Amino acid sequence: MNVEGQRREGRRQLPGPAARHEERVAYLFLLPWLIGLLVFWIGPIVASVILSMTDWYIVSSPTWVGFSNYQEMLFEDRQFWQSIQVTLKYTLMSVPLYMAAGLGLSLLLNLKLKGMNVFRTILFVPAVLSGVAVAILWVSLLNPDVGAVNWVLRGAGVANPPRWLGSPTWAVPAMVIVGLWGVGGGAIIYLAGLQNIPPPLYEAALLDGAGPWQRFRYVTWPMLTPTMLFVLLTSLIGAFQVFDVAWVLGGSQGGIGGSLRFYLINLWNQGFRNGRMGYASALAWVLVIVAAAVILAIFRTSGRWVYYEYEPEKV
Amino acid sequence: MGSTNEARTHVSHLRARGRVARRRSVHIGSLIARLLAYGVLLGLSTFILLPIGWMLAAALKPDLTPVFTQPPEWWPTRYWYWENFVRVMSSDAIPLLRYILNTSLIAAGNIIGTLFSCSLAAFAFARLRFRRSNFLFNVLIITMLIPWQVLMVPQFLMFFKMGWYGTYLPLIVPAFTGNAFFIFLIRQYMRTIPKDLDDAARVDGCSYFQIFWWIILPLSTPALTVCAVFVFIGSWNDLLGPLIYLDTNSKFTIAIGLANLAQRAGNAQWNLLMAGNLISIIPPVVVYFLVQKKLIGGIASVGLKG
Repeated sequence: MNVEGQRREGRRQLPGPAARHEERVAYLFLLPWLIGLLVFWIGPIVASVILSMTDWYIVSSPTWVGFSNYQEMLFEDRQFWQSIQVTLKYTLMSVPLYMAAGLGLSLLLNLKLKGMNVFRTILFVPAVLSGVAVAILWVSLLNPDVGAVNWVLRGAGVANPPRWLGSPTWAVPAMVIVGLWGVGGGAIIYLAGLQNIPPPLYEAALLDGAGPWQRFRYVTWPMLTPTMLFVLLTSLIGAFQVFDVAWVLGGSQGGIGGSLRFYLINLWNQGFRNGRMGYASALAWVLVIVAAAVILAIFRTSGRWVYYEYEPEKV
Repeated sequence: MGSTNEARTHVSHLRARGRVARRRSVHIGSLIARLLAYGVLLGLSTFILLPIGWMLAAALKPDLTPVFTQPPEWWPTRYWYWENFVRVMSSDAIPLLRYILNTSLIAAGNIIGTLFSCSLAAFAFARLRFRRSNFLFNVLIITMLIPWQVLMVPQFLMFFKMGWYGTYLPLIVPAFTGNAFFIFLIRQYMRTIPKDLDDAARVDGCSYFQIFWWIILPLSTPALTVCAVFVFIGSWNDLLGPLIYLDTNSKFTIAIGLANLAQRAGNAQWNLLMAGNLISIIPPVVVYFLVQKKLIGGIASVGLKG
């Protein structure tokens, strides 16, 4: 390892013809990606910062307005604040629920039982379906008067079941239920994490006389925390970017009274319906800044609850 | 591995010796636990399957027959109008066949483009030495974290100015410049192939491209398959991209087509909508069944070895 490192270091200072050839080949292999990086990432990112400081309707020419897009958003735009509220409500309701449900489901799917592959297959199916297909199905099931969900609820003794998408209060919970149907997708990631836990840890715990709960609490849980961090981050990012299902359930106007006006639905409306390209860019940047802040905060605190393998205090 | 097995045998031996008295109750307990587990699993599977069964029952009903019955029909019993599936494919109001062809074209372009560009870049990152490779790899990881939606507006303006609005080009061409996630996935896989193969091939006079094409690429088919499946499902299901760039009905994809149909579904023919919806979910589900094991393995490797 050390010799290898020294050799690489030496090569770095004095590249021979073979090394230079290898480097040229490497950049040739990277060329499509590098072009894309420049044209589809760096260019648009720079453009987007500038755009967010302009007033630009797609048909007219841009005018420089400084920070007034951001000012309008924060102090005047009620739809913006509503979209924040809807997205936040959905995030707070869905992320903890999906994380817990995914974990529970994965523990169940990790049991050694006959026919388990069939159950795994069935439960993962909704995860490969499009948001549109899932939403079309559930918009019918959630019909407040004749839908199947409320039929079941009435049968269970709920005299006045929720109006779901027809009610500003229940529209977001309806979205959460639709998402719960696809929770198998998250369970698969936990399942992969569970199967990566080395069996000797459980054997050692058994030898020490640990019961099922103790084995879960002191082996499974700590060993699974890196997976939980990954699932937490991806589900938060996913919740910030809800679009397809809300689009079908609530339409481009964001449902009854804007109860399904998610952040991206609002952004899409400003940019592609109202044609306000500058304002939509500013909205996009606020999303990035908020998402980055949340991700950073989680990483900062993750040291307290995420255990990484082969640390002495853990085993 | 040997010591693991030994330890396991040892443990079971200990249990067998120490718990003879309690074995019976453990056995009953585990039987109850097993039944309980089966019960929960069956309940959850029902929660997944009944809505799909309801959709099939609705799709098989003739026109003007109420779709929303009380109680709901959770699976087809009375009506078997399979011709609804043919009708929805060929009707003028919902040119579903057209949408399917359009979506397939976009998906095929994306698969080819992604496999081409990502395998090249992954080969460079996994097996070639060059200066600034760490820096570029970090850039790759950062682009993975930037939500695509930030770029939505400026990319749209760029493609609009280029005259690509209303064509499939904005939905296909970017795939030919790679995707950070798939470059990462293929690179992780290529790193597991022994380096001796490259060295031997170099000695035999192979160029780097020949090594890539004849040795590394064939050995990377599992990773490439996983990528192709992810790309297929992603572009088949995509709504936002086509919604932004396509403006004519004849060019729409299946996702927009069905979303539009659902939105003006006040008096819609629910049976045809559900038939169309079922057709739309067949390709991703079939692909998922075909490569299920590899897919889950792929998710595992990306989610955890990263």
